[in-house]
Amino acid sequence: MAEWIRACGVDDIDTEDVVRFDHAGRTFAIYRSPDDRFYATDGLCTHELAHLADGFVMDSIIECPKHNGRFDYRTGAAKGAPVCVNLKTYPVRVDGDQVLIEVSP
Amino acid sequence: MLRFATNRDYSLVGPEAAKAIETGLANGEWYKSPIPRKRLKELMARSDGPALRDTAIWLGLILAFGGLGIWLWGTWWAVPVFAVYGVLYASAADSRWHECGHRTAFRTVWINDAVYALASFLLLRSPTAWRWSHTRHHTDTIIVGRDPEIAGMRPPQLIIMVLNIFGLVNVPQSLATLARYSVGRLNAEELDYVPQMERWRVQVEAIVILAIHLGALAVAVATSSLLPVVLIGGPNIYGIWFLWWVGNTQHLGLAEDVLDHRLDARTVYMNPVFRFLYWNMNYHVEHHMYPMVPYHALKALHEEVKADCPPATPSVMAAWREILPTILRQLNDPTHFIRKQLPAGAGQLAERAGAHHG
Ligand code: FES
Repeated sequence: MAEWIRACGVDDIDTEDVVRFDHAGRTFAIYRSPDDRFYATDGLCTHELAHLADGFVMDSIIECPKHNGRFDYRTGAAKGAPVCVNLKTYPVRVDGDQVLIEVSP
Repeated sequence: MLRFATNRDYSLVGPEAAKAIETGLANGEWYKSPIPRKRLKELMARSDGPALRDTAIWLGLILAFGGLGIWLWGTWWAVPVFAVYGVLYASAADSRWHECGHRTAFRTVWINDAVYALASFLLLRSPTAWRWSHTRHHTDTIIVGRDPEIAGMRPPQLIIMVLNIFGLVNVPQSLATLARYSVGRLNAEELDYVPQMERWRVQVEAIVILAIHLGALAVAVATSSLLPVVLIGGPNIYGIWFLWWVGNTQHLGLAEDVLDHRLDARTVYMNPVFRFLYWNMNYHVEHHMYPMVPYHALKALHEEVKADCPPATPSVMAAWREILPTILRQLNDPTHFIRKQLPAGAGQLAERAGAHHG
């Protein structure tokens, strides 16, 4: 059953940036978009082993730090080589000053 | 890649490949000099301005020198004009190919892709196959059995290296590779790094690139003039020497099989003209550590990390002064290489990674 868990505080992420959140042996990336919305995806790139939280956020794009592969972090869509497989995304809600993500087991 | 027999197997499908996977060198975790996230974000910032300006100058110069060369064709004045044209066409295309391949040069994606396609065409490279080869070069930089872009093997392939000052091995090899791609054939190494879903592109691109070059050749034969091939394709012979001179400083003579770009790549100070032609790829350690930083911010990135890196090589000449004796010695002693010294207080992963190299 899916559960909402606290990922970070609202102020822990700058606008147009990303942070890493590890939970129960899994790693996620939490984004704050330029229009101040929050999103969450799997934390690892689907190409090779790289933490997307070390990457670069540009508008709605996260660029992977290893080979510059790009995803739309709102939908998880891979935007071309070298990333060919979409990222998994997770529902996010803001509760006061906390960012929560809904994680299925 | 044409190779003589060496006592290490540099192919991507031999025993060294299996060994690299077994020892954890393949897909390893690379050392990065620490840099505050806020500063890194500033350095990674993208814009179209610098690359639009530099590309306009580059293409403008190619057109100007090409036009002047056509006008002066048949006189000796055409020789120096085409000498400049050739360097702009072939040598300078390599760094445009490289930066746009990373999609960092321009903020706008399609402009990166357009310049990448143009530069690939100029260099007789399949955009797709080379994108994947370069991706592997970044995953496994100078890891024997994994990196398809190791220019300096041990012992060195000296004859091939020298012939390539004028592309005499690379050009026939590139044409043969494109011909092979055009009939849909990838070899075992390419199958290792080009994913299935991308392979059709390799064939289509090769047909287009070859057709344009064959067209130039046909016009040359029909008009009994060398001019069409001097303009199209020929610079890969007579204009590639500059890339050979600066590009070989990137990794040559340095360590193999280390997970630390400070030890297997070289940052070399170059004058502004060289840096324009080479789009700042002289900051090569920095580029490998942080490939998200665009070429125009590499100098600033160098300032951030230099205290954690071996001292930069002061000039291209100085780089060759350390490379030449090293590769000559490697002819008899393939275990020899340049051990870059890290400054006191530098990050430590190098020591762990250093245990791997031979
Ligand atoms: S690991 Fe992310 S693009 Fe290669």
